[in-house]
Amino acid sequence: MKRLFKGGRVVDPANGRDGLFDVLIDGDRIVRVAKDIPPDGAHVVDVPAGFVVVPGLFDMHVHLREPGQEHKETVATGTASAVVGGFTAVACMPNTTPINDNAGVTEYILQKAAQAGLARVYPIGAVSKGSNGDQLADIAELRAAGCVGVSDDGRPVKTALLMRRALEYTAMFNMPVLEHCEDPSLKGEGVAHEGYHASTLGLRGIPGVAESIMAQRDIALAELTGGAVHICHMSAMESLRAVREGKGHGARVTCEVAPHHFTMTDEALASPVSYDTNVKMNPPLRAAADRDEMLKGIADGSVDCIATDHAPHHYDEKKVEFDVAPFGIVGLETCVPICFDRLVHPGLITLSRLIELLSVNPSRILNVASGALSDGAVADITILVPDLQVTVDPARFKSKSRNTPFGGWQLKGGVAATIVGGRTVYMNDAAAGAGRFK
Amino acid sequence: MTTRQVEAPPISALRHKDLLGISDLTADEILLILDTAEAMREIGDRPIKKVPALRGKTVVNLFFEASTRTRTSFEIAEKRLSADTLNIAATASSVVKGETLVDTALNLEAMAPDMIVLRHAASGACHLLSRICRAGIINAGDGMHEHPTQALLDAFTIREHKKSIAGLKVAIIGDLLHSRVLRSNVQLLTKLGADVWVSGPPTLMPAGIERQGVRKTTSVDEAVEGADVVMLLRLQIERMQGMFFPSLREYFTVFGMTRERLKLAKHDVIIMHPGPMNRGVEIDSEVADGPYSVILEQVSNGVSVRMAVLYLLAGGAEHETAV
Repeated sequence: MKRLFKGGRVVDPANGRDGLFDVLIDGDRIVRVAKDIPPDGAHVVDVPAGFVVVPGLFDMHVHLREPGQEHKETVATGTASAVVGGFTAVACMPNTTPINDNAGVTEYILQKAAQAGLARVYPIGAVSKGSNGDQLADIAELRAAGCVGVSDDGRPVKTALLMRRALEYTAMFNMPVLEHCEDPSLKGEGVAHEGYHASTLGLRGIPGVAESIMAQRDIALAELTGGAVHICHMSAMESLRAVREGKGHGARVTCEVAPHHFTMTDEALASPVSYDTNVKMNPPLRAAADRDEMLKGIADGSVDCIATDHAPHHYDEKKVEFDVAPFGIVGLETCVPICFDRLVHPGLITLSRLIELLSVNPSRILNVASGALSDGAVADITILVPDLQVTVDPARFKSKSRNTPFGGWQLKGGVAATIVGGRTVYMNDAAAGAGRFK
Repeated sequence: MTTRQVEAPPISALRHKDLLGISDLTADEILLILDTAEAMREIGDRPIKKVPALRGKTVVNLFFEASTRTRTSFEIAEKRLSADTLNIAATASSVVKGETLVDTALNLEAMAPDMIVLRHAASGACHLLSRICRAGIINAGDGMHEHPTQALLDAFTIREHKKSIAGLKVAIIGDLLHSRVLRSNVQLLTKLGADVWVSGPPTLMPAGIERQGVRKTTSVDEAVEGADVVMLLRLQIERMQGMFFPSLREYFTVFGMTRERLKLAKHDVIIMHPGPMNRGVEIDSEVADGPYSVILEQVSNGVSVRMAVLYLLAGGAEHETAV
């Protein structure tokens, strides 16, 4: 069936478009994006003024928890959460139980994703067997099964030598190594950013350089090997400095920042609720100077992507002493409102730049054919409402978990509909007119 | 005796359900506790050391960390006020069966205690309980965060010797990083206008400590010079998991409190230590047992101060008139 999305603003940076265009899709494909396309028998969908049609958003860093930790999230609930958040695709980290270090686990995840039929799921395989840093996983096999990158996320690639080998080996597939940058000895038993607030509250600190030292190692190795390293959930200004410098030298380095790291600071440890385990994540919320530097990097182009590090945890696991609680927060359903409210509306970046961060660049880094509304491309489309008023209500999350520090936040900007392969998989009842995207 | 610099009228009650830390108290509230402790001390001198102030109140001492001094001190304080008390040590409870802190607290709560005195290895454990319990929570030491009754008894002891706390030079020396006693004392002493100096190895200096209104120096001599009060902190060897200093011997040489070093202080300096002491590490025995030491007075005063805290949190005089 043909559908013609008529009259909406289309923001499609990969094709240099930002203006009023019609989008014609047929089945699971985009036929054409042009001005004034005649209906010609297609079902016409009028896109209301103020709605924006963009290439499907892609969160390249999520934890779907399946297999093994289904009490936190499953592929089905995680992808349901993704489409509510406007994401047509996610890349899921391999730290499941068992670890995604072999084709069997990859295939299992993909099978669950197909059954759910919501967002596309691109698994990330492990760098090393069991992610324990001793021996490379069967990376070619993982790739053949559908993995688009490798990572030992949750922990850093253990040694410089193994990282070197991983970068050399993955370079032959043009596949990136996604790195959780953290020097384990500097992190120690830290649970929060090392600074005034952790110190006052008696929480063990993790300095920013615990991250940047590892980033520097990996960037140096990327230069040595010609491999591509992607710095995950970057939080420290020292890391961003290293990334900028590496890019300046021509190293193949890219990076992502999570919404909480460009909105919140370690002050949240103390107020409004002290020791709230929903502000415990790794890397931790850092100082205001770090937060501001992340914003600067997003604005000046040195940050490549925004990724949520969606890390669901059961409420039992978070309802414990701060020291004992697991690291991580959910992020899929709050990302778009935060990005609009904190980046686009204040004029820090254009909507077009936001789409680069949330769609174009993740697709490019993981070599996935998405992120553009090109003729003949798969019809993965998100429809955004920049002026939608949103109040974050964790009770309504589609994710199985509710561990977020953003509950009650009032934000401007939201999602009207999410279309995957030409099929509308999510419509937001709160966005007037969203029903028309059926 | 009055150290009150604030113009506000003196207060007569603590409007708090819990005592989670000194950070929640105003200078007036601190002074109220200290003044009340003065009145409580007299009870301990009577032949019958008991008043009915907390009769019919149930107080649970829930201790997840080993403690002799603090637990005993609380228990004596509770008994002198006629509260019904019970002690739960973590090893003897369901904790060994894997019960969470929240579940332990909720089960206790179901038996309607009026107050829970909590000691726990995790910073913020008292905050967690205060959010789920109707019972008042008294922090008897949470991780590296606070130990408010220790700071109160320290202030009580200082006041006994120095009349006023405002303007005193107080040097706190030792393992600052891991010390909840430090954090409570810094809060309290700065609120009452003392000139607080902290000193110790740079590896044990908490990040951003200077933002709390104290002066920091790695020179113990500089900290001690002209000090009215020298407070040593225990080297918490059991919490040391890193490479903080080369050896206990070197620590003593560089940071240990010796009689020689103490000569830099005022002639009427007092020496304090929250205990338990590592003799020959942070403090020389000559100093610990010497004429300037008030270390055992601190212990005695602990009972009066804890009586004051229990009494005031239970409603103080208002509660009594209601009975």
